[in-house]
Amino acid sequence: MSATRFPRSTVNRLSAEHVTLAYDQRVIAEQLSVEIPDHSFTVIVGPNACGKSTLLRALSRMLKPSQGKVLLDGQAIGSLPAKQVARTLGLLPQSAVAPEGITVADLVGRGRYPHQGLLRQWSTEDERVVQESMRQTGVAELAERYVDELSGGQRQRVWIAMALAQQTPLLLLDEPTTYLDIQHQIDVLDLCAELHETQGRTLVAVLHDLNHAARYATHLIALRGGEVIAEGAPNDIVTAELVERVFGLKCQVIEDPETGTPLVVPAARKARAQRVTAAS
Amino acid sequence: MRTHPRSRAVRVPGGLSLRLDPRALTVVVLLLLAALAAGLALIGTGDARIPVADVVRTLAGNGNAYQHFIVHELRLPRVLVGLLVGASLGLGGALFQSVSRNPLGSPDVLGLSQGATAGALVVIVLMSGSAAEVTLGALIGGLVTGLAIYLLAWKQGVHGYRLVLVGIGVSAVVTAVNGYLLTKADLVDAARAVVWMTGSLDGRDWDQVWPLLGLCAVLLPLVLTYGRGLRMLEMGDDTAGALGVPVQRVRLILMVSAVLLTAAATAAAGPVSFVALTAPQLARRLTRSPGPNLVASLCMGAALLVTADWASQRVFGAGRLPVGVVTGVLGGGYLLWLLVTERRAGRI
Repeated sequence: MSATRFPRSTVNRLSAEHVTLAYDQRVIAEQLSVEIPDHSFTVIVGPNACGKSTLLRALSRMLKPSQGKVLLDGQAIGSLPAKQVARTLGLLPQSAVAPEGITVADLVGRGRYPHQGLLRQWSTEDERVVQESMRQTGVAELAERYVDELSGGQRQRVWIAMALAQQTPLLLLDEPTTYLDIQHQIDVLDLCAELHETQGRTLVAVLHDLNHAARYATHLIALRGGEVIAEGAPNDIVTAELVERVFGLKCQVIEDPETGTPLVVPAARKARAQRVTAAS
Repeated sequence: MRTHPRSRAVRVPGGLSLRLDPRALTVVVLLLLAALAAGLALIGTGDARIPVADVVRTLAGNGNAYQHFIVHELRLPRVLVGLLVGASLGLGGALFQSVSRNPLGSPDVLGLSQGATAGALVVIVLMSGSAAEVTLGALIGGLVTGLAIYLLAWKQGVHGYRLVLVGIGVSAVVTAVNGYLLTKADLVDAARAVVWMTGSLDGRDWDQVWPLLGLCAVLLPLVLTYGRGLRMLEMGDDTAGALGVPVQRVRLILMVSAVLLTAAATAAAGPVSFVALTAPQLARRLTRSPGPNLVASLCMGAALLVTADWASQRVFGAGRLPVGVVTGVLGGGYLLWLLVTERRAGRI
C-alpha cells in the first residue's frame, strides 16, 4: 500500500513521474507519481478538490506539469506530435459541449479528426468506425437525431461513441456519470466495463461514487490532498480504515452481494444509530 | 426527423476524400450568384444608368469609351471593394463568433470597428491627412484595439462572455475617445469624419481594391486550413485538444486573421455596421449546419453588403445614403431579434 510502493515498471504505456500540478500559482499536487497498468480499468477516487480531475488532465496532456513529466510509451507526452498522441490516447472531459444543431452521427464523426487530414476528410474506414462506435454504444438508431434533443444518458453514450471513434488504446474519462440518474450511471459504467473487457482498451476514469469505483475498477487509485494514499485492486485496498483516511468518513466495508467487491456502508448518525439499537 | 445523411463523401482512388454537405454547397453557390448579380446591378446603378446587358458587354471589353470609363474606372472598383469588404467582414465575424462561442462576439460589439474609427479620426481631425493616410490610420487603430482586447481578455484562451464583456468595455472607452475627437474637429473635418464613420463605398477606387484583395488571397487559404481545427474547438478546449488540435495555435492564428480582415475592411469602407454580426448567423440558418460555416459566411457578407449598397442607391439615389446606414438599420433590427430569441432560449 502507501508505505511500500510497488517498484515502478517501465512497461506500462502511461505514467506520471514526480509531477507537480498547478493552476497559475495554486499548487494542486506535488511530486505525484502514478502508473496506469496496461489493459486495466483504472479508477481514480478521492474527496472533492483532491486533484483527481487535475491528474486526469495532466495524464491527457491538457495540463502541463510545472515539474516532472507524464510519459506515454516512454516519451514525455508534451513533446509528442498532438495528432500522434490523439491516436493513442483519448479523453472525454467534463466540459465537452455539443455544438448547436449537430446530429449524433456528425458528433461521433468528429472523433475521427486525428485520423484525417485536409485531403483525407472522410475515408471508408472513417465511415465504418463511426458506425461501429455507434453500434457498440447503442446509439446507432439515434444517428440522425440532434444531440440537443437527447436525454442525459443518451448524450453521454454519444460522447463515449465519439471517444471510441478516435480508436485509441487508452481512453480517459472525467466523471462520465455526473448528472446522470442511477440507472444511466450503471448503464454508462457497464458500457465502460464492456469496452474494457471485450476490446482490451485501457480505461482511466475519475468517479465520485466510491461503491461504483470499487465495483467496476480493476485498479483503484485513492487520492487525498494531491497524494496517492493507496493503489491496487479494490479487494486488496478498500478497507474501513482507508475510507476514513481518504474521505474522513466512518463506515463499514462489507462484501457486495452482487459482485463480491467491497461495498462501503457509511456509519449512521449517532442519534439514529442509538434509536436503531433501542428498537431492536 | 431527417432520414438521409447530411453530408456526402466524395472519394477518389489514392486515398483522397472530401466531405461535402450538399445543402451548404447549394447555399454557397446561390449566395455567390446573388453577390455577383447585385454587383452587376450596382455597376449599372447611379446618375448614369447602364443596362445590365451593357455592363456585361463592357466588362467583357466590348463597350463604348464612355461606358468603359464609368464601368472600369468608377463603378467596378467600388463594387469590388464592396464585395471584398463584405466578404472580409462576414469571414471575420464568423471567426470571432466561433472562437468566442457567442453570436455577440462579433467585431461590431467588441469595439474593433470603433478602434478603427478612432485611428481614422486621429488622422482626419488631428492631422488633416489624405484619404490614404486615413485608411492607414484606421488599419492601425483596428489592429491596436485587437491587441488590447487580446491582452485584456486572454487568460488561458479566450472564453465567450469574457471576450464579449472586455470588448464592450474597450468599445465604450474608444467611443468616448471618438466623441472627444469629434468635438475638437472644425466643421469641415467633422463632416468628413461623420461620413467616414457611417461606412460608405462612395468614391472607392482601385487603390482600395488591391491591398484588400492581396490580404484576402493570403488569409483565406490560411483560415480555411485551420477551419477544421476551429470546428473541433466548438466542443470545448479539452475535447479539441484531446483530438489533437493545437488549441492555442489555432486560436491565435484565427484571431489574428480575423482582426486583420476586420481592420482592413473597416479601413477600406469605414465601419459598415452589423455585417460581421449578421452574416454568420444568417449563413448558419440557411445551411442549417453546425460549425463556423466560414465559406457561407464569407459569401453572405459579400452578398449582403453589395445588395444593401444597391438598395440604398436604388431607393434614395446615388451618393445620398451611405451603405452603413442600410446595414445598420437591418443589422440593428436583427440584433434585437437575436437578443430576444437568445433570451427566450435562456442563453443570456
